[in-house]
Amino acid sequence: MCGAVKGGLPLDGVDINKEAVIQGQVLKGGEPVGTAYVRLLDRTGEFTAEVPTSASGHFRFFAGEGDWTLRTLAPQAEPIDTAVTAAKGSVAEVEINI
Amino acid sequence: MSRETSLVSADWVQERLDDPSIVLVEVDEDTSAYDRSHIRGAIKLDWTTDLQDQVRRDFVNKAQFEALLSEKGVSNDHTVVLYGGNNNWFAAYAYWYFKLYGHQDVKLLDGGRKKWELDARELTDEPVKLEATSYTASEQDGAIRAFRDEVVAAIGTQNLVDVRSPDEYAGRLLAPAHLPQEQAQRAGHIPTAASVPWSKAANDDGTFRSDDELREIYTEAGVDWNKDTIAYCRIGERSSHTWFVLKELLGQDNVKNYDGSWTEYGSLVGVPVALGDEPGDA
Repeated sequence: MCGAVKGGLPLDGVDINKEAVIQGQVLKGGEPVGTAYVRLLDRTGEFTAEVPTSASGHFRFFAGEGDWTLRTLAPQAEPIDTAVTAAKGSVAEVEINI
Repeated sequence: MSRETSLVSADWVQERLDDPSIVLVEVDEDTSAYDRSHIRGAIKLDWTTDLQDQVRRDFVNKAQFEALLSEKGVSNDHTVVLYGGNNNWFAAYAYWYFKLYGHQDVKLLDGGRKKWELDARELTDEPVKLEATSYTASEQDGAIRAFRDEVVAAIGTQNLVDVRSPDEYAGRLLAPAHLPQEQAQRAGHIPTAASVPWSKAANDDGTFRSDDELREIYTEAGVDWNKDTIAYCRIGERSSHTWFVLKELLGQDNVKNYDGSWTEYGSLVGVPVALGDEPGDA
């Protein structure tokens, strides 16, 4: 996990005391991937949500507290699973390299 | 209906990009996605402004729908092919909406925008303007839209299918996890509703699973194929996706989409609500 400051999405308007935020960036060779899809799977592996990455490769979920898996899909790349734990009051920052 | 008449592949669309009898229509949850890029020749429908009444919580009426499609250049004879982001949630919603107003030939692009992007197919930001038409809609087809009283009456008697994520069903989340969670209504599900997240019907790339896989998924979840079915979610778009599966792909009779869905039901006074992972009792 990278630090919340470097490269992290700004949290303006997000009350992190009420939301268990998972966010991060998808990179390929250090460059942001703006054409990826990140899927949020729950502790049983069931799909919960999905977002396309922004032009800067960023994504964000408002999850519940607990353990989640991020599955990243991108053109010409195999899906990558990344485990992450979310909690209210903190932001889980994840860097995904495909 | 069947898979052959209601669903088309990315290759099918690619081969017909210049066919004037086909109108491609993009409908996204993120209504700015089209403006960044879209499939060549596709027009855009904005579900928040084009398809919703701007005062009451309801759809645009027949005359408004006619005016919308006429202005967009869609004619009654067009084959309308819908696609969109987010695994076709809002494209399926628009598909159901076109059917509600009686459009004859509507198809969904399997996998939608995601499959198109993951295939690295061409997208463009060129504006599209079709010549205006004079579109005539039918009266709303009440056979595919459920209202709250029918939903309450269906508890314990008909199939109710809750297509939200397991955490929304159980009451642990109030909205999909890519949206903020603050909501006014109560959490939980309609008692006796089976939990079949819409996502079970789709592969990772957003395409639909095979008919055999789909039948097994709903059978295992307790859907009785001899009963009528009402699908619901939070605001009626994900349940359109499941309505499409049950009615259009599997050809099941009497399937309705409850577009009021949890944002209505969870705010009703006096109706029963079940919490937790089990359907609960009538």
